[in-house]
Amino acid sequence: MAVEAARRPRKSGGTAPLQALLWRRPWLRAALLLLPPLGWFVVIYLASLGLLLITAFWQINDFTTQIEQVWNLNNFQTILLDPTYRLIIGRTVVLATAVTITDAAIAFPFAYFMARVASRRTQRLLFAAVLLPLWASYLARVYSWILILNHSGLLNWSMQSIGLPAPNLGYTNVAMWIVFSYIWLPFMIVPTYSAMERVPESLMEAAADLGARRWRAVRDVVLPLALPGVVAGSIFTFSLTLGDFITPVLVGGAGSTFIGNVVYSNVGIANNIPFAAALATVPVAIMAVYLIIAKRLGAFEAL
Amino acid sequence: MNTLEAGSGIRFRLATMAAGAIIMLTACGSTGTTPGVTLQQPPTAGMKPPTTIGPGEGALKLIAWEGYVDRSWKQPSIASFEKDTGCKVTAKYAGSSDEMVALMAGGGGGQYDMVSASGDADLRLIYSGDVRPMNPDLIPDFQYFQTYFKSPPYNTINGIHYGISLQWGPNVLMYNTTKFPIKPTSWGVLYDPANRGLITVPDNPIQIADAALYLSATTPSLGIKDPYELTQKQFDAAVTLLKQQRPLVKKYWPSAGDEISLFSSGDAMVGAAWPYQTSTLKAAKKPVADTIPTEGATGWGDTWMLATNAPHPNCAYLWTKWISAPQAQAQQAVIYGETPVNTHACALMEVMSPGSCAQYHADAPGTYFDTIKFWKTPVATCNDGTKVCIPYTQWRTAWTSIIS
Amino acid sequence: MESYWARMALRIWAALVLLFLFIPIVIILLYAFNSSNIETWPLPGLSTRWLASTWQDPEIQQALVLSLQAGLAATGLALVLGSMAAFAIHRTSFFGRDVVSLLFILPLALPGIVTGIALNSFFNFTGITLSILTIVVGHTTFCIVVVYNNVLARLRRTQGSLIEAAMDLGANGIQTFRDITLPLIATSVVAGAMLAFALSFDEVIVTTFTAGAQNTLPIWIFGAIRLGQRLPEVNVVVSFVILVTIIPVIIAARLTGGSGIARTGR
Repeated sequence: MAVEAARRPRKSGGTAPLQALLWRRPWLRAALLLLPPLGWFVVIYLASLGLLLITAFWQINDFTTQIEQVWNLNNFQTILLDPTYRLIIGRTVVLATAVTITDAAIAFPFAYFMARVASRRTQRLLFAAVLLPLWASYLARVYSWILILNHSGLLNWSMQSIGLPAPNLGYTNVAMWIVFSYIWLPFMIVPTYSAMERVPESLMEAAADLGARRWRAVRDVVLPLALPGVVAGSIFTFSLTLGDFITPVLVGGAGSTFIGNVVYSNVGIANNIPFAAALATVPVAIMAVYLIIAKRLGAFEAL
Repeated sequence: MNTLEAGSGIRFRLATMAAGAIIMLTACGSTGTTPGVTLQQPPTAGMKPPTTIGPGEGALKLIAWEGYVDRSWKQPSIASFEKDTGCKVTAKYAGSSDEMVALMAGGGGGQYDMVSASGDADLRLIYSGDVRPMNPDLIPDFQYFQTYFKSPPYNTINGIHYGISLQWGPNVLMYNTTKFPIKPTSWGVLYDPANRGLITVPDNPIQIADAALYLSATTPSLGIKDPYELTQKQFDAAVTLLKQQRPLVKKYWPSAGDEISLFSSGDAMVGAAWPYQTSTLKAAKKPVADTIPTEGATGWGDTWMLATNAPHPNCAYLWTKWISAPQAQAQQAVIYGETPVNTHACALMEVMSPGSCAQYHADAPGTYFDTIKFWKTPVATCNDGTKVCIPYTQWRTAWTSIIS
Repeated sequence: MESYWARMALRIWAALVLLFLFIPIVIILLYAFNSSNIETWPLPGLSTRWLASTWQDPEIQQALVLSLQAGLAATGLALVLGSMAAFAIHRTSFFGRDVVSLLFILPLALPGIVTGIALNSFFNFTGITLSILTIVVGHTTFCIVVVYNNVLARLRRTQGSLIEAAMDLGANGIQTFRDITLPLIATSVVAGAMLAFALSFDEVIVTTFTAGAQNTLPIWIFGAIRLGQRLPEVNVVVSFVILVTIIPVIIAARLTGGSGIARTGR
């Protein structure tokens, strides 16, 4: 094929100088290629984020709900000083932490099985099996849990069939914890598995040679080396829980006011976009701090 | 029906609402002179409504309460409306007045044509310029409306109509008849710790008025006369009551459908509702019923309003014509559980469901009207002119702290 | 090697986790064939009666068409822009390259609600009416990231020497691209497109804030779940969405050997 390419007559002088120029100056080629996508991002996405940040410093006229471009810190003051919002933010962070810990606990043995016990073929099958639910419609899976957890759903019926009292988990924070742990679980399994897979068996054999029992080897060798993977997974579980509003709206009950649904109702119902914007900076700030810590723990290499 | 006698109670109610409207306007930045005879002109007052209805534009986008654009209507059906006018109807359902105001921002944003707004949203929509004047002469049934609903102060300013009245009704106490075989007689059942985990109430700051209404009967020393005009002390009492209620609530429902799901699955057994939820659940053979307790009830009067930037105004007028006709009014009233404004609807309601005309007081609204404290936007200036009442923004902030 | 009991325990744990992951999906697929319209468990019986009424519902048809249109448009745009970005980042190092790389990850790294309200306030501020155009803009923004990741990953695995060899043999830029580069990255481009489409078809958080009065299928589902009136149809639609999003992903996995979808995740 390359020989034929050589035999093909050279293209006329028109494009050759241009191509030569681009070859000699690779940054020019990069710049031309980069311009449209970068342009899109800067003009639309970055501008939107910047505008959102600016809007957080504005306020709305209470009667007409029009945005007034009056600079003030009221929104941030409310968020920081009003105990209601401290409660909401605290509750969201606690839930996100609970979900992260749960997912890590479920994922670790599973990833260990995948990486160190299962055969190669089983590994591939399991990998595909774990990713499949991730792509099977988020709304569908949340809705399915509503049907399972509510008063006349699968869970209550199963418990009652075996003689136990019905747990009545519908519309509670426990329900939210279950649903979030379920939805984000594949996000935790994949990086943990990747990290664990990279731990060479020779290290485990060395530990055994040095007299360590198996579970000690796991604790002292596998765990520290797989930790970056767990932290990488936790970035997803933590950040996705912080910003979600669909699950609190559909699955949550009376005590389920989280950052996500307060932002959502401030936009859609109270039309108070400045306040929603101010509140939305909170998960961004929390995630920025979390990402810095995660980078220290080496999670970025595991992504 | 003797409109004079039946209307006296309503006239008083309307006068209070009118006063409220005037006071609201002075509170919102008019010149500050004496509460006036002429009200401040809304921004769209100058937009002259059409004198004839042109041809339909082929589509109609409505913001409505659930049950106000119901495809299960048979006689007449929405499909027949679409066939006769060529206007294809799509409805966006909103769960609260706040949501309707938010959706209508920017005159409907060029997306929506009409909104079925309640009294506490109307003035906000009018004064932000999101709705425009309508011509009642284009609605043949307008002449048969009950007099008071032809020009209620919440949708008519200085003689200009910013919408056509639709229906009105109460917020009711709905309960599961298996769990509560004896009908509850007081709103207190919603505040009773014995019903922990079975209660549901609307996720709407205006609920504070319902708590205030309950307190006006149980704690007369607070001196609550109007549940929408509360002094700091009265407001705090209502908020405290709601905070005590919070651990008992299963879920705060943001839309009618949410409450229907809660009662359907058995997760909630008693709660504040609209008659629509009861009738929908009854149609699904669920054991529910509703009642208006002894303390009275809050309620709403709805108006179809035309968006300033409506893309399909002719279809909008055709719809208003259609929905104001006696048969459509009767059908909506019976199926939803509310009271029509068209006086000719009563006889047709009797045909559809004998006794419904009397049940919903369509024939003699007077005293029934008086027992309902209709939704209106709370403002800082009270009825007596003093400025000690709590405005709606504080209701919103308090509500967020209640439910969190 | 682990002890026999440890291996057995791990196997059981793995089986339980798989059950946990798949039971809800199976349940919702079952509910689509519920013979009654009351959503209680156990199901009274199975029937296909809701399939026809769902298919013929004009609202659902409109939502489906809108979802398809938005998905195809966003995927198309993202293909072009994402590939261009991947090429630019891959072969050249320039000042600020890391920053630009981080920029391209942002739409997936930031919570969806932040992207959603940011775009919403942008459109409000510039006076752009919310319509299918704004939906496409929102979807394209994160679809670019998916395509970019896939193409970049593949580019990193291709040997630069092949390109240089072709050029040594006299092929100019266009010929090299057409005959060498394109076939090498083709499957990753297609995989990126499949994933982008799947992402766009199921997206609800950003779309809630960038859609006007229109309904894409996920927005319709969200509203219908809350309306509570047409749950049988919701079950059918939701099962349909599961199938439509899974199939492109399976194709993408085949094309990239599994690595592409793992890197981008959700």
